Amino acid sequence: MTTLASSRRDAPSPGRVPAVGRRLRIDRRYLPVVGTLVVFVLLLVVGGARYDNFLSVGVLANLFINNAFLVVLAVGMTFVILTGGIDLSVGSVLALSGVTTASLLQSGVPAAVVIPAAVLIGSVIGLLVGAMVHVFEVQPFIATLAAMFFARGLCFLVAPESIPINDETFVALASWDTWAGGQWRITSSVVVALVVVAVAFYLLHYTQFGRTVYAIGGGEQSARLMGLPVARTKVLVYVVSGTCAGLGGLLFAMFSRSGYSLTGVGMELDAIAAVVIGGTLLTGGTGFVLGSVLGVLVLGLIQTIITFEGTLSSWWTKIVIGALLLVFVILQRLLALRRS
Amino acid sequence: MPTSPTPSAAAQTGGGTGRLGAVMRHYLFWPVFALVALLAVNTAVRPGFLSVSILNGHLFGSPIDILRNCAPLMLVALGMSLVIATRGIDLSVGAVVAISGAVALTYIAGAPDPASTTTVLLAIGLALALGLALGVWNGFLVSVLGIQPIIATLILMTAGRGVAMLITKGQITTVTSAPFKTLGAGFWLGLPVATLVAFGVFALVALLVRRTALGMLVESVGINPAASRLAGVRARTIVWTVFALSGLFSALAGLILSSNVMAADANNAGLFIELDAILAVVIGGTSLAGGKFSLSGTFVGVLIIATLSLTVTNVGISPLVTPLFKALVVAAVTLLQSPVMRRKLSARTRRRGRTAPVAPSDKPADVSTDKVVA
Repeated sequence: MTTLASSRRDAPSPGRVPAVGRRLRIDRRYLPVVGTLVVFVLLLVVGGARYDNFLSVGVLANLFINNAFLVVLAVGMTFVILTGGIDLSVGSVLALSGVTTASLLQSGVPAAVVIPAAVLIGSVIGLLVGAMVHVFEVQPFIATLAAMFFARGLCFLVAPESIPINDETFVALASWDTWAGGQWRITSSVVVALVVVAVAFYLLHYTQFGRTVYAIGGGEQSARLMGLPVARTKVLVYVVSGTCAGLGGLLFAMFSRSGYSLTGVGMELDAIAAVVIGGTLLTGGTGFVLGSVLGVLVLGLIQTIITFEGTLSSWWTKIVIGALLLVFVILQRLLALRRS
Repeated sequence: MPTSPTPSAAAQTGGGTGRLGAVMRHYLFWPVFALVALLAVNTAVRPGFLSVSILNGHLFGSPIDILRNCAPLMLVALGMSLVIATRGIDLSVGAVVAISGAVALTYIAGAPDPASTTTVLLAIGLALALGLALGVWNGFLVSVLGIQPIIATLILMTAGRGVAMLITKGQITTVTSAPFKTLGAGFWLGLPVATLVAFGVFALVALLVRRTALGMLVESVGINPAASRLAGVRARTIVWTVFALSGLFSALAGLILSSNVMAADANNAGLFIELDAILAVVIGGTSLAGGKFSLSGTFVGVLIIATLSLTVTNVGISPLVTPLFKALVVAAVTLLQSPVMRRKLSARTRRRGRTAPVAPSDKPADVSTDKVVA
């Protein structure tokens, strides 16, 4: 929304040497991510000190298993936020994809058809949003808000009740797992999530598309003047985010073995929070996809700690996440102030 | 859509009466058109839809329902308009609605005499003060610390519902208190109290904003905060004030909502009201980019959303599908108001009205005509 603040900065290029006279040895672009890492380690230490069995392979493996869909959502969201946009529709697109999967499987459509279709739903909605944002110059907030309502309404049209998934192929896929190193359980969802992260990392850092994403966030006007394909990229980031949401829906359906139209209410906030905690600025132009993954893990760890505590009620999760957001936002603000 | 006869009709009057026609064409025309269309659909489905009868000395009927149901949204959208005008956004209003209801009902439930007017007034005062404080907190983050409004209010949006649950201890608090029920479900002079309160506050703010320089100052901050500060406008104070007001109005909305059902549901009270409010503001023609804003547009936007919800049930569709229709209305209105469409529409007008001296036909002039009365 406000590109003014960041318009002076260029897209960060990997390996740029910080200006002379800085005492910090790490590139300050990595500082927010380092902060997230510190919080993650602190949470691990606190958890490990307070509870037995907290620092076990099982807990850490479950962290990935339970949050695989959120990792995928956060990765897609990172693309959009890097361009200075926002995607509010991911929660309901996730629900739509999940409900469609369950309903199609129930009516006997083979999983080989259903799975690509579910992901494609997300891509199509992303494309519509991208067109609204780019061609009609509707603000991303409003365009994705419309998509959010649209997808949620469609969910109820497809199926108002929860549908169980009994399709053999799908269940086999969902329950596939392997034990890395004999102890670390990896499910198919985790594999998918890790592949998505790897692809996103490659796209953002080693392709022209990725450079353009950063350049748009740094300053759309300058990116355009540099001759970068701004229009195409701006539409594509929403397609990426939509596709990720579709995929996330699939993962969630695998996770819950059902499709329900009320899943993912408010999940877009979790995704945004994870991205912000992971060090991506909402003004765009700065941030890393690995930071977002770390952000998701921090959120997951908070949830785990609160579960371990037992006496704390679930609403403390929200309060702690809010407090953490506050700390990170103020930290980012201080960093930005020192830069100028 | 642009080929429908109405814009050209408006264009013809635009040639004749000049400014008025231009205003109708560019700014409130589509929102009002959407509202009228919705009412027409309702009347077609149920011919008695618009009739209002008197029962037990109160007015009854669907229009009254719309007016009563839209009261909380009206208040929230009012605050939201002012915040958006300063180039901000307030995502925390739903959480403030939940907190306000939770505080008021918890206080009333814990008081020795829930039915006494003093208890109720104290509870209302407490909730409003807390709402104001939360608004001040948002304003502090935005205007003093310089955090982006969307992220600053996201913090309270996330944490706020947790706080509301903390207050109600995760339960749905219910009370029986006649004076408190009046606020949400009572009638005065035949009209719902909630409507009177909401419309009264709305009118007061509209007067304050449009009959003093305040509105202009708010717009100047929204258009260019730095320039308006250099011109002597207290940009920081104004931003802070609008966030505080948004918190206050949301708390009032929370009181009306909880009084209507006499229960405080920390999870679901005011859920998505921030999105509805932003929608109402945008449908009313106020740009999220800040600057010019239109309270009358917001007013129509709120009525559209309230009517839409009633329409869906009236037509016999499951209320669960309502979001779909909201999405269609938003898409239609925002696309019609989008720069691309405007350019097309105004190009059309220019071709038709070439013989008549049309002054405000080029693009910048279009934008300036939007800055009209409240």
